[in-house]
Amino acid sequence: MNHHSMTKAKLAAAEHAAAAKTQFGFWVYLMTDCVLFASLFAVYAVLQNNTARGPVSQGLFDLNFVLIETVLLLTSSFVCGMAVLAAASLNRRATVIFLAITCLLGATFLGMELYEFSHLIHEGNGWQTSAFLSAFFTLVGTHGLHILAGLIWGLSLIAQIVRGGLNHSAVKRLGLFSLFWHFLDVVWIFIFTVVYMIGSL
Amino acid sequence: MNLLFASVLGKLGLDDLPHDPIAAGGAIMLVGGLLTIVAALTYFKKWRWLWTEWLTSLDHKKIGVMYIIIASVMLLRGVADALMLRTQQALSTGASEGILNADHFQQVFSAHGSIMIFFVGMGFMFGIINLILPQQLGSRDVAFPFLNSLSFWLFAVGAILMNVSLVIGEFSAAGWLAYPPLSGIKLSPGVGVDYWIWSLQIAGLGSLLSGINFFTTIIKMRAPGMTLFKMPMFAWSVLSSMALVMFAFPILTVTLALLALDRSLGMHFFTTDGGGNAMMYINLIWAWGHPEVYILILPAFGIFSEIVATFSRKRLFGYTSMVWAIIAIAFLSFTVWLHHFFTMGAGANVNAFFGIMTMVIAVPTGVKVFNWLFTMFRGRIRLDTPMLWFIGFVITFTIGGVAGVLMSVPPADFQMHNSLFLVAHFHTMIIGGVLFGYFAGLSYWFPKIFGYTLNERLGKYAFWNWIIGFTLAFVPLYILGLMGATRRLNHYDESLGWQQLFIVAGVGVLFVCLGIFFQLLQLVVSYFQRHKHMDTTGDPWNGRTLEWATASPTPVYNFAVIPTVNDRDAFWEAKEKSSEPRQPAAYEPIFLPKNTGFGLYIAVCAGLFGFGVIWQIIWLLPLSLVLLIACIIIRASDPEPEYELSPAAIAAIEATSNRRQYL
Repeated sequence: MNHHSMTKAKLAAAEHAAAAKTQFGFWVYLMTDCVLFASLFAVYAVLQNNTARGPVSQGLFDLNFVLIETVLLLTSSFVCGMAVLAAASLNRRATVIFLAITCLLGATFLGMELYEFSHLIHEGNGWQTSAFLSAFFTLVGTHGLHILAGLIWGLSLIAQIVRGGLNHSAVKRLGLFSLFWHFLDVVWIFIFTVVYMIGSL
Repeated sequence: MNLLFASVLGKLGLDDLPHDPIAAGGAIMLVGGLLTIVAALTYFKKWRWLWTEWLTSLDHKKIGVMYIIIASVMLLRGVADALMLRTQQALSTGASEGILNADHFQQVFSAHGSIMIFFVGMGFMFGIINLILPQQLGSRDVAFPFLNSLSFWLFAVGAILMNVSLVIGEFSAAGWLAYPPLSGIKLSPGVGVDYWIWSLQIAGLGSLLSGINFFTTIIKMRAPGMTLFKMPMFAWSVLSSMALVMFAFPILTVTLALLALDRSLGMHFFTTDGGGNAMMYINLIWAWGHPEVYILILPAFGIFSEIVATFSRKRLFGYTSMVWAIIAIAFLSFTVWLHHFFTMGAGANVNAFFGIMTMVIAVPTGVKVFNWLFTMFRGRIRLDTPMLWFIGFVITFTIGGVAGVLMSVPPADFQMHNSLFLVAHFHTMIIGGVLFGYFAGLSYWFPKIFGYTLNERLGKYAFWNWIIGFTLAFVPLYILGLMGATRRLNHYDESLGWQQLFIVAGVGVLFVCLGIFFQLLQLVVSYFQRHKHMDTTGDPWNGRTLEWATASPTPVYNFAVIPTVNDRDAFWEAKEKSSEPRQPAAYEPIFLPKNTGFGLYIAVCAGLFGFGVIWQIIWLLPLSLVLLIACIIIRASDPEPEYELSPAAIAAIEATSNRRQYL
């Protein structure tokens, strides 16, 4: 009995160490993603005024529309945090609901972004128009691709929790997912500021 | 009919098979070699063994061996390219056109550079790190074993994609870094640059994941008591190198992606029209490219630090200064990228800054050279093959380094830019530094992986042929560069009088080939003599660091009992302190990751996606992407399956172990 509980404690410690390792590794990954976005921002900054014969950034964007996008994404991050809290208190139902809302808000954000893109292309301001628009579509689109990856991840997490409950692995993955989601929020704040707000000045 | 073909095969057609004799020869050799391997595996019924023991393995040692095998094969291809280039330049003067036409010549030097950096340099590096790093840290595995397998397979698929270009289509003719506008769709309308982009993109993604993995391994998985400043120097060098990978490779990912977007979707990042800026590409690619040089060389520095201490039978001189020198080099490597294009016209002040930073980087490097020399000073030096590689390295690397400092002066660089002097300089660093370092590491750690030492005599033959060949091949290039020969010449005028020197350089490559022949022979002979050279102690060189505390070959779990570390050179201290080998304590069960093919599947999907983009096979793109995502989801829903080794099983393995237990 004593021996058994000792191994159990050791196993728990090993699991804890493994989780800490994964958490650290994921942070490191996020930093590399940060460098990736930093490079894209640098490219955007260099090409911002290379509009060739295409439009300039001033007056190109509908700031109200983008503000709604921003609010949606920030709200989704908040709800994602609620999901983590619900998981911590082992409330499976609430976790799933909050996660679903997170994904729904994220999907709406992505839909709005795609609408904005198609609108621009429709107006004849596609990525082939100028270096500025190439950089715009690439920077914002890369963020959008990350959101898409996050949505797939979020949905697979919901499926995992619905099927297997809030087991150790699900909670661990939820923690990582929320890191990822918050990170995308931070990147979006920079995009909102640098591309949309400063670009409209 | 044509429309049907186009929708199924994209741009791909029968015309894309090689036509001219040399390209066809290469393709036939490649396909023939592949068929031979497949036939042999089938004949000896080895497919299952290959699949379960190797391809799906998550054991870092096996993954390391697979890296080394791919890097070695790619080395042969890269050297074959070098042989063609040297032959061309030795012959092609006056009326003679040499053996290659201009376009093929361009493809060959582009392939040579890309292969040597991405698949030989990086391959040997990640191979050796995989083979040795966890044992040096006193750890059972890397932080993320599955990610490790995925990284390897991305690397392998990148290499395969590059070799596919030999048979289907063509390779890039835009140089190893594919500068636009030459690499843009207007001037390179073929698939060559796309092959270059996607093989590097896929392999680069693998490198990035490896960087994250090993960085986490070193930070989180050291044996108890091993503080950062008690780590072996190789571990330090890997830590710094992986930090560079983490900061540099995302830039490469972005740069390649932007070039691909320009080519495939008509964007205007680097085009001459639409407001694109080609110099931005050159800045971006070197913001990755310069750190990349240090990514490759730092682990080689680490390997030499281990070797020089072991074979001088002394502690490494100036450990702390060595660590700080590595950190300083890693930091400074991000502040010098512009020295690759002083001629861009950034202005005197910008050039002066980057010139001075480049000179500054010579200081920590000099610290390291002196530390190695002082380690040898009054040591009891053994001149085994690894030590020979070290001595060859110190001499050539110092010469190459001085040439580099010379070029860091912007006005001087205006003369040397794009000349053979530059080519000679970076080959001195990459061959004399990186490659010699990895050769030294391989001969040093070979017994740890395979259980027997390599034939010393053949190793020495290989070394001498390499060093003689290297000198003959590159000293003429320094001279030619000063005489005004630019790089990438497929023909030059007879009146220049360069041919003799080019012939000498060509002879040098023949010696290098002889060196490689001896290395291959050494492997074969050593295998047949393995019973004679068996490593019966686990410690053939009287080593200092923890990897020598394991048996040779290292068992799958590395350490039956995780050692506790009190000092630098932990194994040496343990040997000094305890005269009697210890009896092992009771064993506890060990959990190890189960084999899986998912790393391979995911990488193959990525490769198919790349192939689809290259040939514009539209239906393949969503298919490969969906499969890729499905593989990731399936794998992730089965979290890290492990199997258990019972104490009895461990005891059984340890009972037949050849190591002497001091720890």
